[in-house]
Amino acid sequence: MRDFFHIGKDTPRPDGPDKAAGKALYIHDLERPGMLYGKIKFSDFPHARIKHIDTSKAKNLPGVKAVITAHNMPEIRFGFIKDNLALKKDKVRQYRDEVAAVAAIDPDIAAEAIEQIQVEYEPLSGVFSPQKAMKESAPLVHETDPQGRPRSHNILPLKYHHESGDLEVGKHAAKHIVEGEFSTPLVQQCCMGTAGCIAEFDMNNNLTLWAKTQIPFLAQRDFNQALSDMGLKGKNTRIIVPALGGGFGSGLDTHAYEYIAILLAFQTGHPVKIVYNRREEFTNLSPRQSSQTRIVQGCDQEGKLTFRQVEVLQDNGAYTSWGATYPSVMLMPATSLYRVPHIMFDAKLVYTNNTYCQAMRGYGNPELTWALESNMDELAEEVGMDPLEFRMLNRNEPGDTTPMGLKISTCGLKECLETVAQKMDWKGGTKKGKNRGIGMASLIHVGGGARIYRSDASGVILKLDDFGNVYVFHGGVEMGQGLHAVLIQSVAEALGVQPDKVFINPTDTGTCPWDVGTHASRGAFMAGNATILAADKMRSKIFQLAEELFSAEVGKNLKKYMAKNPDYRPPEFDFAKASKRDQFDLREGNVIIKNAPPEPWLRLDLGRMLRAAHFRPQGRMLTVEAFFDPPNELPDNEKGFGNLSATYAFGTQGAEVEVDTESGEVKIIRMVAVHDVGKVLNPPGLKGQIYGALAQGIGYALYEELKLDKGKIQNPDFRDYKIPRTQEMNFPIDLEFIETNDSFGPFGAKGVAEPGLVPTAPAIANAIYNAVGVRIRDLPITPEKVLDALKNQKKSNIS
Amino acid sequence: MKKKITLTLNGSQIHVTADSHQSLLDVLRNSLRLTGTKEGCGEGECGACTVLIDSRAVNSCLYPAFEAGGKNVTTIEGVADKKNQLATIQQAFVDNGAIQCGFCTPGMIISAKALLDTHPNPTEAEIREALSGNLCRCTGYVQIVEAVKKAANRLRDKP
Repeated sequence: MRDFFHIGKDTPRPDGPDKAAGKALYIHDLERPGMLYGKIKFSDFPHARIKHIDTSKAKNLPGVKAVITAHNMPEIRFGFIKDNLALKKDKVRQYRDEVAAVAAIDPDIAAEAIEQIQVEYEPLSGVFSPQKAMKESAPLVHETDPQGRPRSHNILPLKYHHESGDLEVGKHAAKHIVEGEFSTPLVQQCCMGTAGCIAEFDMNNNLTLWAKTQIPFLAQRDFNQALSDMGLKGKNTRIIVPALGGGFGSGLDTHAYEYIAILLAFQTGHPVKIVYNRREEFTNLSPRQSSQTRIVQGCDQEGKLTFRQVEVLQDNGAYTSWGATYPSVMLMPATSLYRVPHIMFDAKLVYTNNTYCQAMRGYGNPELTWALESNMDELAEEVGMDPLEFRMLNRNEPGDTTPMGLKISTCGLKECLETVAQKMDWKGGTKKGKNRGIGMASLIHVGGGARIYRSDASGVILKLDDFGNVYVFHGGVEMGQGLHAVLIQSVAEALGVQPDKVFINPTDTGTCPWDVGTHASRGAFMAGNATILAADKMRSKIFQLAEELFSAEVGKNLKKYMAKNPDYRPPEFDFAKASKRDQFDLREGNVIIKNAPPEPWLRLDLGRMLRAAHFRPQGRMLTVEAFFDPPNELPDNEKGFGNLSATYAFGTQGAEVEVDTESGEVKIIRMVAVHDVGKVLNPPGLKGQIYGALAQGIGYALYEELKLDKGKIQNPDFRDYKIPRTQEMNFPIDLEFIETNDSFGPFGAKGVAEPGLVPTAPAIANAIYNAVGVRIRDLPITPEKVLDALKNQKKSNIS
Repeated sequence: MKKKITLTLNGSQIHVTADSHQSLLDVLRNSLRLTGTKEGCGEGECGACTVLIDSRAVNSCLYPAFEAGGKNVTTIEGVADKKNQLATIQQAFVDNGAIQCGFCTPGMIISAKALLDTHPNPTEAEIREALSGNLCRCTGYVQIVEAVKKAANRLRDKP
């Protein structure tokens, strides 16, 4: 293993000082000259026909510049299967459907105008659970598909199915079989910075959009299509991404509010800003889908898994986002966490009149791992094995190809399990005292990109200036996860310059190379690999120039040095002869000759060399680009095969909990998190990713649920929707990283932004079972559910 | 009703016209364009808008602008020691990986400052209590609590 200059060293994030000083600019802070404020009128019903919209009062309000509805605007169709409209014309299908919008000179006038829009509806009966929505008599959420063909049911036209081996053979071989049903709630991303954008047209009718997005380039494609729908065919969108204020998947789609801002900006000729307040964010931004999973697993006498059968049902809500591809990620743990020879997986998504859902951190994996790792403990108990031993026996190994075709290049699962056990003083899983228990759960996740789109690529442009500074243009989004610090380290390491000479440019589709989006823990993996390719190109260009310039410039150095040090005798070394491109190296911003004596004059400052190259006849400056497309495959979702990612992250988390049997409250005593990260790039950044994801996992496990009553969100604020505060996170988290140095990873690293969330809930549920013997199958694990389960346990003990 | 109010803001006396329904946050962000103070919920639940009023950490989104008249208000813009020099507490956040998306950071730093200004040697429980009104979705608070501890140590070691 080579030594690194910068990789693995604590590197502060470049935006840290500005964020600490309140100088970072988020969408909420941006203003454009002449800017108007947009506001949206949302539906009053979960399912209704729109009979009439009266905007006359709103239009006459002083300060209102435009009032738009589907009746005076071109139709803009969007969404993963194009089943959504920016403004709804005939029908609303959820409470958050956009029926009208205004632009006004200030936010108060815009809000008042919205109140003055009168909409007449004819209410329709709605469907609010996927089970009911699948019934034959259920009202149709969409009567036709996006192409206008009639629909006969509410099941989405997306098939996710996988069969490998022979399920019957697996069942036959099983000595022990355990079945379980598990469910997860709707949860919100809860970015501290709410959603918003500013849309502005120039006089050529090209659009600039400042957007809170994780997918600037896919968004550009969507918005250019919208421009075309608006009669501006051939016009372009430039997307600039300000400081994000958190993403967590909420920026993986384009949103109706963005299209509405674009329509308002075009209608008024002014820049238009729409920013959600917290209540709007809770009620009108798509949360993580709820899910119901039935899992059956069996193992032989020794405890080796023989089969796994998984059926998932998801409430899609009224429209379809990229979140509808969750099952393609669920397939990964379902087929590939632990070795299982015979597998069946099936997932259905169903339209309802609930809020439509989208991506959130982990993207289907926390949902599936919740069911799988809870069921693994149940099966271990059935066999009479220690849950740790049971997992060790079935663990994945490096070199495995899993049933869906995942190629496991490196795998630290064994080390993760062992380390967690050692840190928790596991001892066969013996409980830690009265009502105090321990549990663990593991995970597999994409660590080398995730091909869910036809390209999974990412580009980097490196530009050098006259002073030896390196400007980096990269299309990935810094959401807060620390991408830019890792980019600086990667450039400094791979190119051979000091980190303080590396500057990351704002993410802008007008200047940065294409990137599919910042999701699936892919940011650092992709940016790192693309940077290594770009740095290689840049180094050869630098060394080509050095062949022309090094010897003359170093000759000047030597003269000056000797003038200052008259007694100095230079060593016998013919630097002119050694000035060959394959003999150079670049270290910490100096061009040197490899194996040359370490004389202070025998090196050339990169900036000086670049100036010499620039300011001469036929001068030159250096810019390079590289585009990295990882060696992974777009899975065939209907058959469920394909090597989704170039490499896979593994991990195990342990929980120690104490259950108050009087109140049902679960107190976390401590958490242990051990992750196979490939290679640690930036220790504080990496820790932050695991701690933060784990905290979201705590919220998912114990507190968070968006509650709906007939499609209406009941708890759209932080009072009633609890996310963990310092007090809820008041327990030690023992972190350790396993370095497996993956050959696909940049410097050996895997992507690990999501894994900390994935196994947290099942580890806690397993610990609760260990503590008090009740199995909770429905997240979040509230005190009420624990108490109910304890009561039922008492009852069944008596009978 | 509009009224001219006079307050001390980040060490300087200022006059600003505010409306009776305006919150201090609204005046700071929209009238004075001091956008370092963030609005996370507008309902006093998240702490992103925390400012110091006479040394006390307060949710500026719930604080009527009129009430700020005659008071001493410090926002995140007034925390740095001098021009472009982060204060110890800010630097500790930067050094310790306590910042991710950064949206909660100004409020978090103000709450931490309010604590350290009165409790130079806080226990972890006191730190967690002082920050309990500030929500963060990115960090799990671990590195934030550590940063406050480190800042306390550095401040105590300062001559």
